[in-house]
Parts: sequence; structure tokens; C-alpha cells
Amino acid sequence: MDVRSVTDALGIQRESEDRAPQSSARVLGWLSLGLGVAALAAQPSVSRLCGVDDSPAARTVLRLAGARELGTAAALLIPRRARWGMWARVAGDAVDLAACAMAMRDRRGDRRQRLTYATLAVAGIAAVDLHTAVRATRGARRTTGDRVRASVTVNRSVEDTYRFWHDFENLPRFMYHLESVRMDGDGRSHWTARAPAGQTVDWEAELVDDRPNELIMWRSVAGGGLPNSGCVRFVPAGGGRATEVRVELGFTAPGGRFGARIAKLFGENPHQQICDDLRRFKQVIETGEITRSDGSPDGTSLRQQMMQRPAQPLATR
Amino acid sequence: MKANCWVAPDNVAVQDVPDPRIINPRDAVVRVTSSAICGSDLHLLQGYVPAMRKGDILGHEFMGEIVELGNGVRDGLRVGDRVVVAFPIACGNCTSCERGLHSLCENSNPNAAVAELAMGHSPAGIFGYSHLLGGYAGGQAQYARVPYADVGALKIEDDLPDEKVLFLSDVLPTGYMAAEMCDIERGDVVAVWGAGPVGYFSAVSAFLLGAERVIVIDRFPYRLRLARERAGAETINYEDTDVMDALREMTAGRGPDACIDAVGMEGHHASAALHAYDKTKQAVKAETDRPHALREAVLSCRNGGTISAVGAYTGFIDKFPMGSFMNRSLTMRSGQAHVQRYMRPLLDRIRKGEIDPSAIITHTMRLDDAPRGYDIFKNKREDCVKVVLKP
Repeated sequence: MDVRSVTDALGIQRESEDRAPQSSARVLGWLSLGLGVAALAAQPSVSRLCGVDDSPAARTVLRLAGARELGTAAALLIPRRARWGMWARVAGDAVDLAACAMAMRDRRGDRRQRLTYATLAVAGIAAVDLHTAVRATRGARRTTGDRVRASVTVNRSVEDTYRFWHDFENLPRFMYHLESVRMDGDGRSHWTARAPAGQTVDWEAELVDDRPNELIMWRSVAGGGLPNSGCVRFVPAGGGRATEVRVELGFTAPGGRFGARIAKLFGENPHQQICDDLRRFKQVIETGEITRSDGSPDGTSLRQQMMQRPAQPLATR
Repeated sequence: MKANCWVAPDNVAVQDVPDPRIINPRDAVVRVTSSAICGSDLHLLQGYVPAMRKGDILGHEFMGEIVELGNGVRDGLRVGDRVVVAFPIACGNCTSCERGLHSLCENSNPNAAVAELAMGHSPAGIFGYSHLLGGYAGGQAQYARVPYADVGALKIEDDLPDEKVLFLSDVLPTGYMAAEMCDIERGDVVAVWGAGPVGYFSAVSAFLLGAERVIVIDRFPYRLRLARERAGAETINYEDTDVMDALREMTAGRGPDACIDAVGMEGHHASAALHAYDKTKQAVKAETDRPHALREAVLSCRNGGTISAVGAYTGFIDKFPMGSFMNRSLTMRSGQAHVQRYMRPLLDRIRKGEIDPSAIITHTMRLDDAPRGYDIFKNKREDCVKVVLKP
């Protein structure tokens, strides 16, 4: 899936998928359906067209191919996004080409000519299938680039929300990957983040822009362990009672070689991590605590939810 | 401690589990004195609600005595207080809670991201009601942890027995909210599908709110008798009477002014063929819920009337009569009860004798007998309407 950045009708930048491979996949799905129905319903005409109407084995092969095409059609037309279903078509094409090659050995004259046309058609379709399959699955697991955006609405005034966030020492209360943030004065701060295997990563950050009740922008100072930058905007909502908190984090500071570190720190999906952080931020600023249940004793964390324990109280330590 | 745990579909067992403890400042730990089996627990029992795990403690209707309090609990609760606990967990601070929509609390479901996948947005967490709604341990146990106790636990200061106040935790507010959502005007006729506890309290509440007539629809004669004799309702047994014809007849052609669906996803239909149709679709996951009551409510309601849906649904229904709904200017309102909003006013009505919630209790048994309680409640044996468990 190609991911690209677009600006939507609301003026918000979003990552958007390239839809072209998806539409081709759907067209190919309908083609599969047509071929499958043709191979099953009009098997004599199809075998004549392919030049293999002289063999009883070809009848079975065609019927199997027809059934396979119907399966492929389902795999391409039913899901919202065709990904691995496309490779089923490619695999099918390979089988068809092999069958054509085998049939070619025994065919002569007019039959051979028709078989050649059929083989060329299959080869052409195979090329289109391969191209579409590659495009539909390429980068399917790629995350949304090196900038991450997330937002949440909290039931607090812009003033309260800005004040809470402006004290960076509050951030580790809801950002689980942060161990501590120390304010050093002069807009400087020292950040320590947890990394796997008990390691930590440290960096210095400085305020780039600070507009009270509007936005805070910071970036790491060159030479730190984790080049990054961030911006949080506070927008009044709900008639001024609530605040939209819109966060943007970037890992594009000069220096390169941070990709692996980011992956280590944030796991596979930084966007999900930031969303979890913001959910916990909302809990902390609205209720004063992080909501914990017996199944989720650590509170909101999508990764933890995959391995959730039964909703029984924790053993007393 | 002992707790009633979900083991597998159609299988619950009382097991030994660790005691709950305070893990957040606004928690309380309650020694449960009474808990109940709710109709919506049956959807969990039979595996219709996704995201149950082996060992999950069930139960969301319970009350007891506070034995431990976090240091952040506000609102004057003390150790030793007798409290009824609301089934939706609500923080009291978010926009939804401030609007009185406690079952939509924005903070109380730590698994909100999962619920969003299924429902678009997440509702509040609920005690003992699957990991989709938070993964909280329930109250069919000797002790229970109550998060945000200062919002969800109502102190009972007088000596009303458990039997009179226990149902403030769910079925009474649910029935009351069902009737309130009908915007009843004096003289209205209200039809209620389902004569279980919620249907019963809907009927009682509809009268309290000014309905002239209430018609309750069910298939069990003993439940219909309760609605007739204790709530003063008229009744229809849909197994021997055509509901739409009967309602048309009883209202001289206009239909009920408001229709309450107190049945939900596991409804039955008098026509075996229609029931089999939906049951089959449900079995192959082509729809998750069987909406017989809802369909009938829409088609029966008078032009311009209101449908109030409080029966539990989890996913998708099939063949909703949208043409009837749109062309006849119907209104539909629904929701899990915002219990916190109704507890205190309803407690006052109980005190004044306007409602006697204990009327629905048919069985009181020990927590150890919970599996038998589920069995007789589910299979409507021994004329069971409501089971109360005493830990």
C-alpha cells in the first residue's frame, strides 16, 4: 500500500493510501468471477477456444481452474482492501501457465495456434496480476512515515490544559515510554525514556515556540540520543468548556540513524502509542487517575489488550 | 474469596480467586451482601457478547458494605457505609458524565480502542461485562473493587432491606429510563415487549410518568401475571395472540403511543419459521442479534410515536423496517441506563412506597448456587423472574 500525505477538505494533513492498486484488484476480482463462471458453465466452448478440446484431462483441469477463479474472486471482492488475495491470482496464473506449457507439447496445427494465443493472454494477465499484487501489498505494514499526529478532546479549559502540559514533568504520568522529564530552566529540559531490556535513552530538548493557551513546540538539542521534535496545539471546543489537544511528533531532526531507535522505543506503531498516551492524558487531567480494570491492570494500552488476563482481581502481592 | 466465573459458553462456576484491593485513589472495595443475575448476563452466558475470557468474574448488579477506601474518594463515603453500586462505571468528570450520560463515560473503558473497532465510539466500562467493555471483575463475588466509587456507589442511609434497594444498580433505572425516553403524556398507551425485570419496571414507571394504559407482551404466563397483578398492566401472550392485531384492536386502530423494547438480541418470535430464520443468520454470523421485538415495536407504534430500546444489542441486525420507521415519523431512543443519574430520585420513590422493587424477586440463593441460578433463570424454570445471590 503506498502511503502518501494529503491535505483533506478540513485542511488537516493525513496519510492516505494510493487507491489505484485497490481498484485494479477489484477489476481483476470481477475478471476472476467471469472466468470462473465461464470455465464452469461453458466448459466445452472454453476448451475449444484454448485449443485443448481434444483431451479428457483438460476438462478436469479447466473445471478446477474455474473453481479456483471463483475462490479468488471472493478473496478479491469481499474484503475492503485486497492484499494477499492478489497473490492467489498470481499463484493461479503460474499454475495456468504451467498447464499451458504441458499442453503445448502435444498440440499441433490449428490447436497449437489457439493454445499459443491462450498462453499469451494468460501471460499478459499474469503480468498485470503481479504488478497489482506487488503494489497492493507493498508497504502494507508500513507505518505513517516519520511524523505522527493524534488528537483528543478533554473536558478542561484551554488554560488548565495548557498549564498541565506546559509542565513537562507531568508528561511521564501518561506517556508510558517516558521515565522522567526534568525542567532545567531557560526553556531547556532533560528527557529520559525507557528502552527495551532495562535501557534508557536520554536527550536534551528546548522550547522552540511557546504561545500561552495556544501551542507549545519543542525539539531535541543536536547531539542527543533521540533526535525528535514535537508540537501540541490547544484549541477551544464545546463552547470553551473543552479543549482539543492536537499533538504532532516528528523524528526528522538531522542526523539520520534514528529509525531503529524509534522502532525500539515506540514499538511497531508509534501512532497507536501516541493515541494511548492521549487517552491516558485525558484520564489524568479529567479524573486525576489512570483507569485500570482487572483485565487491564496497566490501564489503556492497546498492546497489553492483546494479551489481556481474565477480569479477576490481581493476586495480593 | 469466592466468585462466580464465566468458564465457557453456557458454563459458569464458583471459583476461588484473589481478593480485590485498592489500585486507584478513587477505588472502594465492597463486601458484597447481595448481587443479582441480570437478563443481560444471559447474553454473556451463551457467548453472544464477544471478548469474554475464561475466568472472568460475572455480575453487574450488586450492593454491599465498604471495607476499604482509596485516599482520593470524595463525597463523604466511609468504611462501613452500605452502598448500592451502579453497573456502568463513570468518572463523573468527562463531558458525558457532566451531561448525565453516565453509561457513555469517556474515561472508564481502558479497552476503548477495541470497543471503537466494533462500535465506532466506545461506551463506558461495565462491571463483569466482557473485555470489550473494560475487563472489570464483576460483583457476583464476596468482594468487589468499585472504581470511581464517589460517583458509582450510592450510600443507603436508612434501614431499607437489600431487596428493596439492590435493583437501583441496574434493572430499576433501566426500566425507568425506558419509560422516561417515551416522553409520556397524560393518557398515553405504552406497549412493553418483555415481562422480565426490566419490562416490569418499565411498566411500573410508565404508569408513574402518566401513562393511562400499559400493555405488556411476553410468552410466559407467570411473567404476564406479575405484570397484570403487580404493575396493573394489560397483557398479550404472543404465542397465542397476534401482537400487531391485538395492539391495533386494543387501541382502536391507532397503535400504542410509545413502544418499549425490553427484550434485545435474544428475542423469540411466535412464528417458528421467522425465529429459525434469524437464529440461523445469527449462528452463521450473518447478523449478531435477533431483533424480533424491535421490528414488531416499529410496525406496531402509532404514526409519529416513539420507540424506546433498552433491550441489549451487541452488533448488527437484519431487516430493520426502515420504510415504516421513516414514512411514519417515528422516533427511536435507546441506551444503557445512565444509572448514576436515576439512583437518588428512584431511592426517594422507593422510600415513599411508589415502587416496590422486591416484587420481582422469586429466588434467593447462596453464591455457591450461582450456576443453578443461571440455569433456572435462563430456562425460565420454577417460575423464575429474578435471582438474588447472597455471598
